Amino acid sequence: MPLELVDRDDPSGEQDAIWTLNFGPQHPATHTTLRLILTLDGEKVLDAEPDIGYLHSGFEKLGEVLDFNQYVTIVDRMNYISPLANEIAWHHSVEMLMGIELTPRCKYIRTILAELMRIHDHMLCIGTCILDLGGATAFMYAFNEREKIYDICEMATGQRFHTSFTRVGGLLSDVTDEWVQRVREFIKVFHKAHTDISRLVMKNRIFIERTQGIGMLTRADAISGGATGPVARASGVTRDLRRDEPYLSYDDFDFDVICSQSGDCFARFHVRMLEMTESAKIISQAIESIPAGPIYAEGMGKIASPDKSEVYRSIEGLIHHFEAFMPNRQASVPRESVYAATESPNGELGYYLVSDGDFRAYRARTRPPSLLHFALFPKMIRGCMLSDVVAVLGSLNVIAAELDR
Amino acid sequence: MEFEQIKNSVSGAFPAVSLSWSEFRGQLRLGINASAVKQILSYLRTLGFDMLIDETAVDLLEYPDARDRFEVVYCLLSTETATRIIVKTWLNEPDLELPSVCDLWQSANWMEREIFDMFGIRFDGHPNLKRLLLPEQFTAFPMRRDYPVKGRGERHNFPVYTRAQS
Amino acid sequence: MAGQVKQLGDSVLLTRLDAVANWARANSLWPMPFATACCGIELMSTAASRHDLSRFGSEVMRFTPRQCDLMIVAGRVVMKMLPVLQRIWLQMPEPKWCISMGACACTGGVFDTYAVVQGVDRFLPVDVYVPGCPPRPEQLIRSVMDLQQKIKDRGTFSGKEFGLRIIPEGPPRFDEDEIRRMRERNGLPLLDPKYNPLH
Repeated sequence: MPLELVDRDDPSGEQDAIWTLNFGPQHPATHTTLRLILTLDGEKVLDAEPDIGYLHSGFEKLGEVLDFNQYVTIVDRMNYISPLANEIAWHHSVEMLMGIELTPRCKYIRTILAELMRIHDHMLCIGTCILDLGGATAFMYAFNEREKIYDICEMATGQRFHTSFTRVGGLLSDVTDEWVQRVREFIKVFHKAHTDISRLVMKNRIFIERTQGIGMLTRADAISGGATGPVARASGVTRDLRRDEPYLSYDDFDFDVICSQSGDCFARFHVRMLEMTESAKIISQAIESIPAGPIYAEGMGKIASPDKSEVYRSIEGLIHHFEAFMPNRQASVPRESVYAATESPNGELGYYLVSDGDFRAYRARTRPPSLLHFALFPKMIRGCMLSDVVAVLGSLNVIAAELDR
Repeated sequence: MEFEQIKNSVSGAFPAVSLSWSEFRGQLRLGINASAVKQILSYLRTLGFDMLIDETAVDLLEYPDARDRFEVVYCLLSTETATRIIVKTWLNEPDLELPSVCDLWQSANWMEREIFDMFGIRFDGHPNLKRLLLPEQFTAFPMRRDYPVKGRGERHNFPVYTRAQS
Repeated sequence: MAGQVKQLGDSVLLTRLDAVANWARANSLWPMPFATACCGIELMSTAASRHDLSRFGSEVMRFTPRQCDLMIVAGRVVMKMLPVLQRIWLQMPEPKWCISMGACACTGGVFDTYAVVQGVDRFLPVDVYVPGCPPRPEQLIRSVMDLQQKIKDRGTFSGKEFGLRIIPEGPPRFDEDEIRRMRERNGLPLLDPKYNPLH
């Protein structure tokens, strides 16, 4: 990394101790591509200037070209450690724009998938941050569980990573009984793995000392800075869209919103750790009571994607397919705009949609939680040590693709 | 907070400003003139809307029956009552300037920089208004509708290294 | 001479210097994970518990380019990132190889937009392409094995095979005149081809 002495007029005569350090864009602790320009006094961080955009790939521009069902493939790649959560958020906003009410079965399956993704996301966040702080074991444990969730996703959707599973008003396909059984088994073994990781991390003296009291975020700053999700809840903002503005079928389940008052790195990890057990609680309630019935509601007309076996075997199915996918035959959408958000693992993931009547967005704005969390980073790191940068970055769980879009 | 309460409160405080209220899918929306943005947002801040969830812009160049070029959207949220309100305002070329709301909500800082980066709308009073996502040398505003999706060749403008050279 | 060799028995192995060097190089590839996006997570999966890349001698991920001989470009590379990638590539010592992992690194993938470089092989030499969005860990392991085979088959001790290639591998280059015309028509100056944000 290039190192340079900053020439400043400092009356205290300490100017030769102040130096700048370029951190990133290619650095193991940034996980992906972030860049920080740190101003340091010895090892103490005086200021940090984030420089982002190293993964800006024009997501929002593509949202104006692709239709509501096609864009789900792009949305997948936004927060790539929990792809299904993005899909659910995207189609939640499209359904809100079009005024579609989902069937109970579809809602339940989406809820289970969303909560699986929360476990998926928090596992990676905790595992990799511990890896950066010097412990490789928890990373291996976390990836064991992640591989199991990948298998569950693959079984339901056919893809292990970028599933592109949701459709407007429904899902690509229904789930099978074997899948339900698989999820049940996962929840059984998950508790043991969670306890293992929890004991390995949360009672680890080194980990506690490297995270407790580091990267403080006050409640007022969290609210003013637009922090949501685990970051805000660790600072005492008791907000969870699953409880405050229930969507999907979260109303039916009994779960707690995990909050903490302390607002440091350790609190953020602790909130994530406990949220995973809450997610497992929701899944175990939902998996036992998935309602029978269709995935698509009655009377959806050409919005619903037809079943592929019908498309290939009957003329009516083929016509239905063309009606659903030909640009000039697709369903019309109210000429309106709407903002809809869901509680993604990282925070409030919202979409501001503007429609001009076509079956594609005129403007598809993403409200990324990572952007606002990373904007708070300089505030949190001031006064900490250089080695704390890694811990704070890890606790914020900044995902570059979501940050830059 | 009920929608009626908010409407009455804002209308009572600004009798001279033309406010256009609308509702869609249970969301309250308020359209105002660009000149009144700062005072109305400050007032909403005192009403309890303590979080600026989202700030974005829309280029209405190809929108059917649009009268203005740009629409700037503020999504506000009250963390106490979980009420949301969407405030919209409109801008036209060449006068693409709005007052910055960074002093009301910290979260506006990067979102306003992003709007400047993508649409070229300037924010008066912003502490550090420069490009956020694109390189400083970039000349265009890519989220405008007249900018092609595939760009104008910027993505190809780099030196090439072969095996023999590197 | 022949008699002496016979006396030594099994304790001496005769081979070519090239073969020894290739054998050593192929089985201790140290990757430099240039992980920008989704493929980076699959790269982590490959190195983590279930797939365990260390079985193939390349689990020693080094995050400084000066200690590596294999660059894995995992994820899309955008305008702002390409100069960084090129600089890291130039910092790696010889002999070095490059794996372009995933559809975005190979061709731009689904991101045919203004900001994304349409394939890193336009600007860098690439040895192995891995298709998929993102490729499964098995596919990445296969590509490492393919690269090992390539090194064993064609490598030389002095690295002669690198000097022979004077044209960039990959697809034909874009039409530079077209870009110039496009920018002139829109009244825009040409970007400085030597532009590098890190300087």
